Amino acid sequence: MATITPVVMPKWGLAMQEGTVVGWHAAPGARVEKGQDLLDIETSKIANLLEAPASGRLRRVLAREGETLPVGALLAVIAEENVSEEEIDRFVEAFEAQRAREAPAAEKAVEPVVVEAGRWRFRLLEAGPGDAPPVLFLHGFGGDLSNWSLIQAALAPRWRTLAPDLPGHGGSSKALERGDLAELADALEALIHGLGLDRLHLVGHSLGGALAVELAVRDPERVLSLALLAPAGFGPDIAGSYIEGFLRERRPRKLRPVLEMLVADATLVGREMVEEVLRFKRLDGALEALTRIAARLHEGDRQRHAVRERFLALPMPRLVIWGAEDRILPSGHLEGLAPAVEILRLEDCGHLPQIERPEQVCAALERLFREAR
Amino acid sequence: MQLSREQLLDAYRRMRLIREFEDTVHAEFEAGNIPGFVHLYAGEEACAVGFCLHLDDRDRIASTHRGHGHCIAKGCDVEGMMLEIFGKAGGLCGGKGGSMHIADLEKGMMGANGIVGGGPPLVCGAALAAKTLGTGGVAIAFVGDGGSNQGTTLESYNLARVWNLPAIFVIEDNGYAESTSSRWACAGSQVGRAQGFGMPGVEVDGFDFFAVWEAAREAIERARAGDGPSLVHVRFMRYYGHFEGDAQTYRAPDEVARLKAERDPLMLFRRRVSEAGLLEETQLDEIDGECRARVATALERAKAAPWPGEDELVTDVYASY
Amino acid sequence: MAKKTYRQAINEALRQEMERDPRVVLMGEDVAGGMGSPGEDDAWGGPLGVTKGLMPIFGRERVLDTPISESAFIGAAVGAAASGLRPVAELMFVDFMGVCFDQIFNQGAKLRYMFGGKAKVPMVIRTMYGAGFRAASQHSQCLYSLFTHIPGLKVALPSNAYEAKGLLIQAIRDDDPVIFFEHKAMYDDEAEVPDEPYAIPFGEANVAREGDDVAIIALGRMVNLALEAAGQLEGEGISCAVVDPRTTSPLDTETLLEVVEECGRVVIVDEAHPRCSMARDIAAVIAEEAFDALEAPVRTVTAPHAPVPFSPALEDAYIPSTEKIAAAVRAVAGHPGG
Repeated sequence: MATITPVVMPKWGLAMQEGTVVGWHAAPGARVEKGQDLLDIETSKIANLLEAPASGRLRRVLAREGETLPVGALLAVIAEENVSEEEIDRFVEAFEAQRAREAPAAEKAVEPVVVEAGRWRFRLLEAGPGDAPPVLFLHGFGGDLSNWSLIQAALAPRWRTLAPDLPGHGGSSKALERGDLAELADALEALIHGLGLDRLHLVGHSLGGALAVELAVRDPERVLSLALLAPAGFGPDIAGSYIEGFLRERRPRKLRPVLEMLVADATLVGREMVEEVLRFKRLDGALEALTRIAARLHEGDRQRHAVRERFLALPMPRLVIWGAEDRILPSGHLEGLAPAVEILRLEDCGHLPQIERPEQVCAALERLFREAR
Repeated sequence: MQLSREQLLDAYRRMRLIREFEDTVHAEFEAGNIPGFVHLYAGEEACAVGFCLHLDDRDRIASTHRGHGHCIAKGCDVEGMMLEIFGKAGGLCGGKGGSMHIADLEKGMMGANGIVGGGPPLVCGAALAAKTLGTGGVAIAFVGDGGSNQGTTLESYNLARVWNLPAIFVIEDNGYAESTSSRWACAGSQVGRAQGFGMPGVEVDGFDFFAVWEAAREAIERARAGDGPSLVHVRFMRYYGHFEGDAQTYRAPDEVARLKAERDPLMLFRRRVSEAGLLEETQLDEIDGECRARVATALERAKAAPWPGEDELVTDVYASY
Repeated sequence: MAKKTYRQAINEALRQEMERDPRVVLMGEDVAGGMGSPGEDDAWGGPLGVTKGLMPIFGRERVLDTPISESAFIGAAVGAAASGLRPVAELMFVDFMGVCFDQIFNQGAKLRYMFGGKAKVPMVIRTMYGAGFRAASQHSQCLYSLFTHIPGLKVALPSNAYEAKGLLIQAIRDDDPVIFFEHKAMYDDEAEVPDEPYAIPFGEANVAREGDDVAIIALGRMVNLALEAAGQLEGEGISCAVVDPRTTSPLDTETLLEVVEECGRVVIVDEAHPRCSMARDIAAVIAEEAFDALEAPVRTVTAPHAPVPFSPALEDAYIPSTEKIAAAVRAVAGHPGG
């Protein structure tokens, strides 16, 4: 039986419904090996490379450069030379027919909701069984809940994942009085209480990491485990130029190099991601909120938050993950945390491990969560 | 209704200031010292002052191309005005507007207008703002007999009435729209037109300050009370031409001389207040001297002042660009 | 994020700004509709329903129907703006500008300058433009170049629903008179539009698509046709950048020239008549400032020098199409390099 392998539009993250084909790395008819780079795909959140799912010849290429197709759509067909054109035709026909039948039952994307908590309004994406242990994900400066989409997608089957937009960010309320950790923690506490989360795992990235520490310090009984990804407040250094550039730049061409500082592989920063950041910054109150937070976060290349000592004194199981090529907060801040705390240093990874190395991050997180039970 | 002594003095001072100002500008223009076009208000003082005496800074007026009188009556700075007319730096509009666009929004003077009929819609807007913001202010459009036939003016009557605006339309009928007689050009009557739009209208002798003042009081009170717009048809004549340089051959040869001898508003005012024993001649003479001096000083300053710098060419086109 | 139509985006911008600032008032013919009539109040919400629902929220004090008297109420918008309100007046069809152009170009545009900076006219005039409705010559024109010509006015042309909300909010917050052009054939077109208010600055062109062979500069609705053409041309091996100026006054010549210099070849797409158009204006700027970077003559794709015809067959031939744009790009791409 001849093997014919479809190449389909992947689902990266809970919210992804469609992707755009940016470019092919192999021409029709070329020989491809399983695992090699096959095509670049861009969504509104990320640009990434899809690898060939099998070895063989690229017999059909059905998606053009620039075309946007839904998750699951047939992009190409890989098969050996000895498979006839007619067999490939029949395969494609059957595949499309099957998709057409399945379309009405297509997976409905999980949508964020709006939650009022105290004087704050939060946009929140929840995914996972309601009776599973809750995991609260806190993104970093200038980010939003979608930073966690790859992680949420992977963990949702087993965990009750909750990712809010922090105050001043995404679709959450923008009015901030001070923008310090205390105010952010007040807001998150209101959310935690509002959601009735008696005990939860906390995962924080960058500024969200420092915030997670603050929350854990305030109420250690409530926090089952604490996982930090490239957290702020663990050392003196920060790339002030990143924050300043993020706040200052209004044109895509100027903002792109700033965003590229976040990752080890610049090609991850797609056009749509840049556009999304620009559109966020235009929202009423967004720039003011971010400016306030930034003023508390750094002065030039010096961090103003310091949570390292309090973190080390916490009782619950903890994990710190850092990308070796982080240009925003140096991975050197990991020094001295082990062996008191489990650490994970990721090679070929910048400031966004949850996007650059999601599988490794998920594996480490699940190990931590299970250890904490 | 009686005016107090202060009000009478104020009225006379404003009228005299206008007269001195316009006579001075006339002389300067004849001497070739003033650029562009000027349109003088001499002879019409009673109207501008009769209305503006009732107004304060929350009230707005819009004028015609013949705007110096309204400007002075509304309290604009005379020196600033002279500088503006000479096109000098420091003018009321920085030298950017000149005689035909002379304005000071801070005093509620929304400008002389180079477009006939340009004022009434602006005044509807100012009245709408006063009504919406609850300032209690009114807005007055001074319109010429020529402007009374522009579509903009008639549309404004209609709009002011259907929106019930605190607006007053003052038709300054000085007998001529440029060279054309108002009797010929205006079909029907001004008051009839107002009534046609459901507005009260009255006609007054524009040389008689007290008659104007009284008609103005009624119209303004009506507007302030929220009872909507009205029209006042003021009949008088201008002493000078439509514009300076106008040979005025369309007028009867002794027309202006007779007006000055028999109907001069300042003369009639003086006669009235003296006969009634309200003011002394000497007080009025003093005011004459003051005004003359003020205008003379303004003239001196205007002549000595520098031109605006060339960088001013492109300033104030926008608030931001 | 929610998808909203061009119409909804504009309505939302108006509602949010009216909520934020009590000085914002709407005026125009039938902007609510039904005034004085025995039937429904808010009967129309504008001829194409753009302002529907606003009068019930804000009342007739802030949503004012007018008689058919453009010179009076557009002039009133100017006067009200100079007196403390922030009016958004509707000139139903830009083709009607003839009856109120003085109020716009001699009064509104010039008060600030003539009064030496002492006046402020924070007024917006929303107006419908464009062909495609078989509405014929007097209801289908694209007259933005006439307003762009006038110092003192600003002119915005949103190309989709996202742009419409952001540019209208900016227009209302802007202290200068802004003419806001809404393409009547786009009201049902959807895009992702944030629920929260946001402003898109004036004078910042949007590079809607990156490319390096030919730059397509397009105005208003034409941006979407240009994007379609560019997608097609990609398949033919021609890489097109598409630039949307967003505002013709102020015009972001810096970005336009940057993209033109990178590509060396440019096509300008403008639905308006060609004489004294934005297409020719931009072409002249490019010729003057980027001559050495050009590898081919500047091409424009415009309507013909004729009034808009009625017959569907004729009107369809009149409006620039994706095919015409693609043909112009091919011609320019095929021109031997300079």
